[in-house]
Amino acid sequence: MATVEKTKSVEKQKSDVVLNYFRPRKKLPTVWCAGCGNGIVMSALIRAIDKLGYSKDEVAMVSGIGCTSRMPIYLDFSALHTTHGRALAFATGIKFAKPHMKVIVITGDGDCLAIGGNHFIHACRRNIDITAILINNHIYGMTGGQGSPTTPSGSISTTTPYGNVEKNFDPCKLAEAAGASFVARGTVYHTPQLEKAITKALDHNGFSLVEVISNCHTYYGRLNRRGDAVSMLNAFKENSVTTAKAKKLSPEEMEGKFLIGTLHEDDRTEFCDEYQKVVDAHMGEK
Amino acid sequence: MNRVMSGNEAVSQAVKLSRVQVISAYPITPQTSISEKLSEICGSGEMDAKFVKVESEHSAMATLIGASSTGVRTFTATSSQGLALMQELLFWVSGARLPVVMVNVNRAMAAPWTIWCDQTDSVSQRDTGWLQFYCWSNQEILDSVICAFRIAEELLIPCMVCHDGFFISHTHEVLDIPEQNQVDAFLPPRKAEYKLDTANPRTFSGGTMPSMFMEFRYKVQAAFERAQGVIDQTYEQFEQAFGRGYHAVEAYYTDGAEILLIASGSAASTVYHTVRQMRESGRKVGLLRMRQLRPLPVEGVLKHLTDGAALAVIDRNLSPGTGGVFTQELRAALHRNGVDYRVHEFVGGLGGRDITAADIEKICDDLENKTADPAGINWVGLNR
Ligand SMILES: Cc1ncc(C[n+]2csc(CCOP(=O)(O)OP(=O)(O)O)c2C)c(N)n1
Ligand code: SF4
Ligand SMILES: [Mg+2]
Repeated sequence: MATVEKTKSVEKQKSDVVLNYFRPRKKLPTVWCAGCGNGIVMSALIRAIDKLGYSKDEVAMVSGIGCTSRMPIYLDFSALHTTHGRALAFATGIKFAKPHMKVIVITGDGDCLAIGGNHFIHACRRNIDITAILINNHIYGMTGGQGSPTTPSGSISTTTPYGNVEKNFDPCKLAEAAGASFVARGTVYHTPQLEKAITKALDHNGFSLVEVISNCHTYYGRLNRRGDAVSMLNAFKENSVTTAKAKKLSPEEMEGKFLIGTLHEDDRTEFCDEYQKVVDAHMGEK
Repeated sequence: MNRVMSGNEAVSQAVKLSRVQVISAYPITPQTSISEKLSEICGSGEMDAKFVKVESEHSAMATLIGASSTGVRTFTATSSQGLALMQELLFWVSGARLPVVMVNVNRAMAAPWTIWCDQTDSVSQRDTGWLQFYCWSNQEILDSVICAFRIAEELLIPCMVCHDGFFISHTHEVLDIPEQNQVDAFLPPRKAEYKLDTANPRTFSGGTMPSMFMEFRYKVQAAFERAQGVIDQTYEQFEQAFGRGYHAVEAYYTDGAEILLIASGSAASTVYHTVRQMRESGRKVGLLRMRQLRPLPVEGVLKHLTDGAALAVIDRNLSPGTGGVFTQELRAALHRNGVDYRVHEFVGGLGGRDITAADIEKICDDLENKTADPAGINWVGLNR
């Protein structure tokens, strides 16, 4: 009996946490389709921020355009809703002007890797302390299901109606190669793990990327016969392998699977700190 | 053959009938259904063209610059933010004398974000060296895109065909679709005199010294100066071939008009219906529908201007600090022609707000009662 009550109160507390962070007077529900993975990522992010104890005023959320990029509109933080693909560039300006702020970029696969691909690799290279949450649903959701740079080869989208002939990006590999100092991948099925990955990313000093494999059942799922939101989430469960487990698997056993967990971490000096060093050194000379 | 289709489908039909060879586009509301349809018919083989799916509008136009330089016929479509992102290359296409044709589905420019219609996106590109056409029906879109290829290829000046987001892009009408052989006869394959060709190697658009640059610009200007002649001739031949004609300025109910309203795009159709009704109740009101911004068809306006009529432009765009772009352009053109005529300026319909029949009647009342500001902006439907 006691356990039941305890569980109930924990659950209540959890949902309260999320509600505490909604923008007052913002009309709900969200514009997202019922079952869209964006909501799961939003609550994981809120819990991570809450756990880290950041005050609302020290967090700035920046996004471009896409279903995903609407997230900051619902949340009670300072927010900048910017042009398609450029959120990281705007965020760089915020971070550089106010280095004490926790700057979080919410972005989609199209926003981050197509039109914004250049900003993405340069933010990684600079290793500026921004956390990018990339919700990868393998398609442009907002504009109605066109192929994105993460649409897998062979997949159907409205601009690849006979199967995508291009090869898709692996955003995590791209980030690591470009110089990001923290890279992790999660899915909308594995919510506690996702919350942890986001917490780590926020806590990391340097550019951090969390790629979240998510479901756009409305377009990607429907066009590729992946069923509803639940069956897409189950597929994420089946096809993902943790970094720890992957060590024990052969390349054949890893075929068709993807890794989740922390994929890269290093302690290269963060950009604003590195910049400050130069300032200090030269101011010292005077 | 008659078919019911949306404004955006009319574009895809025209592009197919024009036998475009390379298409590149990036999705953006309300243009998206054009690129979707074109990628589908290129993929299925219904159209013998390559569709290049790119990572941004800038890349789309860059792809077309490459393709068009090899002498093939090229097309793209976009809206608002996408058009703005292309701007660097809009200058390039025109300066490089590439006859690219583009459809812009008019949508207001952010910030704040909006997906709804106004014409600020395209009118603000007027200095980039593109011809600009504005359509009010789906049939006109189809016909104008076909004509645009002929005009662009004749003048070596790129062409932008514009229609209003949602009001036209997403509404359906009955269209007369011409037969492929009719279009083939009207629009033969592109013959590029200058192109990338290994048999006759050339280099394009290289660094230019002050001793030469102005002559490049002069030649673009010269092409614009003969553009109206080419446009008129093309539409005349189009009429002979297809039985439908268009003029740079279309005049409706202008006989003895005491009030003349100038409008473009979907707003012009609301003006048309209002004016028709007002004529029935005996008011002497007329419409001049502007089909072009570049070149600005001032002769067309002068032809229909009855002396003494109150002249007003309804602009669905805003250039902050001056006002409506069609108004400013018309005032300058009248002055250049030595005509001293008052042009009243009405700005409305920004960001998708309706320009209603009631708005138009009020404009007419204000002109008739002389309560309209003769010099400044008269705002239509503004909540203050
Ligand atoms: C310059 C520009 N081009 C195109 C668009 C149209 N557009 C808005 S969102 C979007 C794609 C978003 O895809 P993604 O980032 O994957 O987000 P999702 O909707 O899937 O979450 C596009 C192409 C735009 N707003 N601006
Ligand atoms: S269209 Fe796709 S990405 Fe957008 S809200 Fe719906 S499910 Fe989510
Ligand atoms: Mg996406």
